[in-house]
Amino acid sequence: MRTLLTVFAKEVVDNFRDRRTLASALIMGPLFGPVLFAFVINLSIEQSLGDMDRTMTLPVVGQQHAPNLMNYLRSHNIDVVDGPADRDAAVLAVTTGEQDVVVIVPDGFGEQLADTVPAKVELISDQANTQAERDARRVRGALHSYSQELATMRLVARGVSPLVLRPIHVDEIDVSTPSGRSAILLGMMSYFFIFALLMGGMYLAIDTTAGERERGSLEPLLSLPVTRDQLMLGKIAATCVFMAVSLLLSLCSFFVALKFMPLEQLGMTPNFGPMVVVAAFFVLAPFILLGASLMTLVASFTKSYKEAQTWLSIVLVAPTLPILIVSILTLRPQLEFMFVPSLSQHLLLVDMIKNEPVNLLHVAISVSSTLAIGAALTWICARLYRREGLLG
Amino acid sequence: MIKVDGIHKSFGKVHAVRGVSFDAPDGKITGLLGPNGAGKSTTLRVLYTVLRPDQGCASIDTADVVTESLAARQRIGALPHGAGLYPHLTARENIAYYARLCGLENHAVDERVENLVALLEISDFADRRTKGFSQGQRTKVALARALVHNPQNVILDEPSNGLDVMATRSLRDLILKLKDAGRCVLFSSHVMQEVAALCDDIVIIANGKVAIDDSADGIRERTGCDDLEDAFVRAIEMVEPG
Repeated sequence: MRTLLTVFAKEVVDNFRDRRTLASALIMGPLFGPVLFAFVINLSIEQSLGDMDRTMTLPVVGQQHAPNLMNYLRSHNIDVVDGPADRDAAVLAVTTGEQDVVVIVPDGFGEQLADTVPAKVELISDQANTQAERDARRVRGALHSYSQELATMRLVARGVSPLVLRPIHVDEIDVSTPSGRSAILLGMMSYFFIFALLMGGMYLAIDTTAGERERGSLEPLLSLPVTRDQLMLGKIAATCVFMAVSLLLSLCSFFVALKFMPLEQLGMTPNFGPMVVVAAFFVLAPFILLGASLMTLVASFTKSYKEAQTWLSIVLVAPTLPILIVSILTLRPQLEFMFVPSLSQHLLLVDMIKNEPVNLLHVAISVSSTLAIGAALTWICARLYRREGLLG
Repeated sequence: MIKVDGIHKSFGKVHAVRGVSFDAPDGKITGLLGPNGAGKSTTLRVLYTVLRPDQGCASIDTADVVTESLAARQRIGALPHGAGLYPHLTARENIAYYARLCGLENHAVDERVENLVALLEISDFADRRTKGFSQGQRTKVALARALVHNPQNVILDEPSNGLDVMATRSLRDLILKLKDAGRCVLFSSHVMQEVAALCDDIVIIANGKVAIDDSADGIRERTGCDDLEDAFVRAIEMVEPG
């Protein structure tokens, strides 16, 4: 135990003096998530909110045929401008991406309206272009509501109630709560936490194994009158501490960052108060042992610092896989999922953010199975350290 | 006292050590001499229990290096070839880390480190981080670290590699001090002159086998060469290759 503590204390001091380890543990990991997150959120707010208020310009060919329609569009914040010369030029302009959307009002528009036959208006857009498609959708909507308005007026003029056109009224009731809606976007938060956690211990895991071997300090260490298990456990313990600090910082930085994000505008109020931060730490904490022992194990197999870095960046991404699969299939939390590390933490965290009751059995299974796998990996690390091939 | 009895060690197809035997008694300096790749380092690594021999046995005082490896390590201070330090720790911290690992109490650690700093004359740079140390400074710190638990037996793998004249000199003085204190010193080298100047016994190894185990004079006599370098070459030729 004394040996373990000595190794632990030395690794903590040693790595605290290493700028790279410190930067990745205390800055890179905890800040990467919130910064990326703020960026994504702000982008999506801009996209969804800016749309209706923003004045868009719409090139129209043949404006003179439909002055009332033009006025209607202008009153809906659509700025009508002169379009290309003719239909062919308009198609070309949209094909080449010069214009996003062009409307053509053909010659006979006025007469067709007067004769109450469907008056033709052409809307040219590229539906494969998602950016342009948003504008096209807006124009389409405006044209549609103009058409509705005319229809209503015609019916009223003929003494028919416009309600005959609406035999069914669909009333949608959305039961999702503001917290629930947040979960979709905030679900990716759990990965940032796991990423920050792993990042915090990555350089330590490399330094204490491959780094120590490359520096030539492993062999004198192993020739000391101490058991190798103790050395290994001390190193894993130090890695755990760095991971824990990194995780805690990342939770706190998210807590602060969320306060500055205009999430209410997206209809989200994530349940991420101080209590949830503390609870999230305890739900994620078992993953620390697993992460530390897994990274140490992988780094022990590598021959050099560089090689270890390569392999560990794969380990860094691995926990996303189960999260990704479940997110794509939109699976609900199930008992079996709680046996899978990273996935169980993700699902529990999403429940907390959604402000839904957390199943305590699920928590128990998640904590114990993750800890058990971590302990098994630690044991394998200790076994591996007894091999003489360790020195390479 | 170190006893080596017929050890073999292979790495894959390479049969690095093929039945090396010798004794290194207390109060004497024993030199392991041989060309590069002769099996010197492998033999020493078996002795400080980092490698397990495929055959044969070796013991430190009375402790067997395989079955009682922890007890054996307690009696050895080892300086492996190219031993590295922790660059973010000072020289003193590097030594103190090993002292704590060896189980010394906190107050004893400081005292022990102080003694070693004085013994190896490293007080000038003891409080500097070891990053950027010269080879001589590094070797001295690594040596202090190896002696931290006051071992009866000291194993040094090519300690003079990369050292300048002054550093080699102070290393030689230290080895003589250890001898005078009644320690068993075993060190390897590929420089005949160095070994001859220092050692009571010389074990010449070539192709993983012992060519000659004798004093410097004995080697001159048995090879029939007055010049030590010639004697060294002759001794190596006596071992059949392969």
